[in-house]
Amino acid sequence: MTTLTKTEGEKAPTGPEAFLSVRDLRVRFSTEDGIVKAVDGLSFDVERGKTLGIVGESGSGKSVTNLTVLGLHNPKTTTVEGEIILDGKELVTAKEKELEQLRGNKVAMIFQDPLTALSPYYTVGRQIAEPFMKHTGASKKEARQRTIEMLAKVGIPHPQSRVDDYPHQFSGGMRQRAMIAMALVCDPDLLIADEPTTALDVTVQAQILDLLKDLQQEFGSAIIFITHDLGVISDMADDLLVMYSGRAVERGSVREVLRNPQHPYTWGLLSSMPRLGGDTSQALNPIPGSPPSLLNPPTGCPFHPRCAFTDEVTGNRCSGERPPLAAGRASACHLTAEQKQTNFIDKIQPRLR
Amino acid sequence: MSDNLTLPAQQGSKDTAAETLLKVEGLTKHFPIYGGFPIKRKVGAVQAVDGIDLTVGVGESVGLVGESGCGKSTTGRLITRLMEPTDGKITYKGQDISHASRKQLAPVRSEIQMIFQDPYSSLNPRQTVGTIIKSPMEVNGIKPEGGRENKVRELLELVGLNPEHYNRFPHEFSGGQRQRIGVARALALNPKLIVADEPVSALDVSIQAQVVNLLQKVQDELGIAFLFIAHDLAIVRHFSKRVAVMYLGKIVEVADRDSLYNRPRHPYTHALLSAVPEVAIDDEIEVKERIRLAGDVPSPISPPSGCRFRTRCWKAQDKCASEEPPLIQLSGNLDGHLTACHFPEDPTTEARGEDVVLDPALKALEDSAADEAGATVTKG
Amino acid sequence: MLQFLIRRLIGAVVIMFLIGAFTFFLFYTIPQDFAQLSCGKNCSPENIAVIRENLGLDKPITTQFWEFMSGIVVGRDFAVGHCSAPCLGVSFNSGEFVWDSIVDSFPLTLSLTIGGLIIFLVFGLGTGLLAAWKRGTAVDKAVSGASMVLSSFQIYFLGPIVVGIFVFSTGWMESPKYVPFTEDPAGWFMGLLIPWAVMATIFTAQYTRMARSTMIEQLSEEHVRTARAKGMKQRYVFFRYAWRGSLIPIVTIIGMDLSALLSGAVVTEFTFDLAGLGRLAVESSQGKDIPATMGVMLFGAFFILMLNIIVDIAYAYIDPRVRLS
Repeated sequence: MTTLTKTEGEKAPTGPEAFLSVRDLRVRFSTEDGIVKAVDGLSFDVERGKTLGIVGESGSGKSVTNLTVLGLHNPKTTTVEGEIILDGKELVTAKEKELEQLRGNKVAMIFQDPLTALSPYYTVGRQIAEPFMKHTGASKKEARQRTIEMLAKVGIPHPQSRVDDYPHQFSGGMRQRAMIAMALVCDPDLLIADEPTTALDVTVQAQILDLLKDLQQEFGSAIIFITHDLGVISDMADDLLVMYSGRAVERGSVREVLRNPQHPYTWGLLSSMPRLGGDTSQALNPIPGSPPSLLNPPTGCPFHPRCAFTDEVTGNRCSGERPPLAAGRASACHLTAEQKQTNFIDKIQPRLR
Repeated sequence: MSDNLTLPAQQGSKDTAAETLLKVEGLTKHFPIYGGFPIKRKVGAVQAVDGIDLTVGVGESVGLVGESGCGKSTTGRLITRLMEPTDGKITYKGQDISHASRKQLAPVRSEIQMIFQDPYSSLNPRQTVGTIIKSPMEVNGIKPEGGRENKVRELLELVGLNPEHYNRFPHEFSGGQRQRIGVARALALNPKLIVADEPVSALDVSIQAQVVNLLQKVQDELGIAFLFIAHDLAIVRHFSKRVAVMYLGKIVEVADRDSLYNRPRHPYTHALLSAVPEVAIDDEIEVKERIRLAGDVPSPISPPSGCRFRTRCWKAQDKCASEEPPLIQLSGNLDGHLTACHFPEDPTTEARGEDVVLDPALKALEDSAADEAGATVTKG
Repeated sequence: MLQFLIRRLIGAVVIMFLIGAFTFFLFYTIPQDFAQLSCGKNCSPENIAVIRENLGLDKPITTQFWEFMSGIVVGRDFAVGHCSAPCLGVSFNSGEFVWDSIVDSFPLTLSLTIGGLIIFLVFGLGTGLLAAWKRGTAVDKAVSGASMVLSSFQIYFLGPIVVGIFVFSTGWMESPKYVPFTEDPAGWFMGLLIPWAVMATIFTAQYTRMARSTMIEQLSEEHVRTARAKGMKQRYVFFRYAWRGSLIPIVTIIGMDLSALLSGAVVTEFTFDLAGLGRLAVESSQGKDIPATMGVMLFGAFFILMLNIIVDIAYAYIDPRVRLS
């Protein structure tokens, strides 16, 4: 099985300004088919007021990670190891009561599909007011006032009357705005947005993304933005974490990772996407094969069965040894820094035109 | 742009002029809504598709883009005659098939095939892959040389699957592989036209490219015409030589891809292109125009009068409400570049002097931010 | 909503009419002499003629149908006296008005149903919720196991055992019997306690399993996760969000069970030797008492229709998507 070369936790950055620090997080589900290693040794930091983008495909562990931060996983079938430190407080071992105080208050979440993520049985206003009343002790009247204010802020027309509407009476974009209002109602320090625009149309997506950015300026919240869409992340994030098979394979600032990617998986993602100004006479460059099973992940580097560069690494290290992810700007790959750079410039960059 | 090498404009016009495979005129589909009291009756209609004209040439790939509810999927289903149009005419190889009976359709059905979005629900889970691909041949009584089973194995190989997997069931395959099975099934009858409805949008990014490449290979090698329906503008551009943009049941702009993506005229096309999030891969920052519309698409039950985009358009005037703009070639546009707009935009996607921001919340936040910035500047 | 109700009520009247017409013509077109049936064996031809005239069987069938249907609405006159609305005719066997027989036997059925319902709802939903709350623990497993065993029991099996133990062996209780509530509330309660308990045991087990599974399904809904992500207390999320969503399937099943029980809990009544609507139905049809059979059937159909409308109203109350569409 996987050979671990030192825990990543020791090497990962411990900036004093990190608001959220995740260290060597391991999340396992027991299912009928066996143990699913949803997250396998993940470390990252989120700074105050900054946006961390987490990009990955389905099954990469990006959503699970963030449910775990808030303790929203099913404790009976899930084991969580490692550390999650939010503003100096350990969350993995925290009691349910303490987590309840944080959720919706210090840390809020936005989910992908606002139709299923909002309860059909209660008015939008009630659902937004609930966390405000709970966490601030505000009266019903104050909460309603605050709710209307928030609805106006996120661009719901006629908030005075729409506050009493039910989610099904809102359009898709409006529902996601209401969801954002609900997340921001207690002025959280950290906002976790899990594919918040994936279910929306492209013009509505553009509105919502800009709205999130502008609101972040005003509220000063840090954001963890989870998506599968590199284009969206390019626009939204300061820092970027690329996940594959429950692990981080590349980390850095958005600029560094997207303009000078160092991991073959990131190369694959970038060169498989057509661009609006790209050369249509060239075929796309897909990543061969399929994402790995989490029940029985590949040994060594989880990407090696799909990787085109394993020949350049000597001694079968790709299939035998898990590459570590160093601190700061780094990629978890056995290629040498020099190999990464020349491969990117010679083989990958020309395809991105 | 490197696109110029392929001379898309000429190609587009040549295809349509030379051999038309499919011609759609005034195609309309209204879904009735029942209600009222005390006896239910038809009280309205969802105007899913409302009078569109479109041609697909032999071997041509045409893209159809638009947001949810614009009628692009309904259009696909009408063309494959999975639905019967309310009005309008569909002509395939000169034969009117708009209201053709089952019997009359039989020979055409085998030539027009469809690929669906969801590779999970569009394959019968109780049938083996071999049976799934073989059944269209059986239904249509086609006996290829060397037998049907042989043909299935050839098809599996063509779409990049192992022919040995003939007897496996769909659940044993990944999403991307299932979509390949869907492609093989569509190819079983040697179709002349494939309608692909969001064929890659349910797939992971790394798998999307595999399927797009497969479709492109099929198109090039077998000379099959494609109607490629999708919401992803970059993928449609990559795949289709000519692209039509739909909004609320109407085609608002159609052109060869170079014209549509680089010299769009309809404000909605501008808004769509500006909304596409793009990876900034280098320092040459392309300064794209920024257009942020307000609200969502109106309901197709009671679409706006005149131009349907006018309620979200920054250039709308009284004329737009009273008069529906015809889909015509504007002066300065290439042949085949048609736009339905009274007040078209300049043919460029470069940044404007001032962003178009119609969303009230965005505008308020950005104005106050600008005010603050202005205030600090004056203070400083 | 009001429009919807009115439309449903009109629909119910139409369906009742159709059921009435269908059953009437079905029964009255079979080649049987009803006067003969009504009179029984050893009946003189004179008697038959009198009965035929009394029952109006000498008139054309359309006239008979009209008299039958109008009798339901305005009542009708028979030789034995005036039968006030809703008149369902005269029983062949007892010679009483069918409606009176129904009125006599219905209170027992209603008591049996309502009492059983209250017990099995309280216990069934309660234990179901408990099992869902404690999912995967020993409590859940015990509750699930017990409900599995109990729901496979039958009333005619459990009933005699309980009666045997509590009535005959120990003598703690009397045999089940019906005393009208208005006469003796305590006697009413004690007389029906055993049937209620036996009926409720079996239904409780079914409701436990249903409540548990719908709650578990609801707890995995995304909006329930959102509520937790807002920091709402687990108990609050459980009762306000998940429970609310479970109500629709639960109300559906209650509606179906209630209409079955109200139109006659045949097995329960026979097991405990009680004379309710179910017994009336069985005895009428065995005795080829056509008017009584039809009457009980129409009465049952009426309850099923009414309960359906009530269930629809409940849907609208529970789910704003139904109410506001």
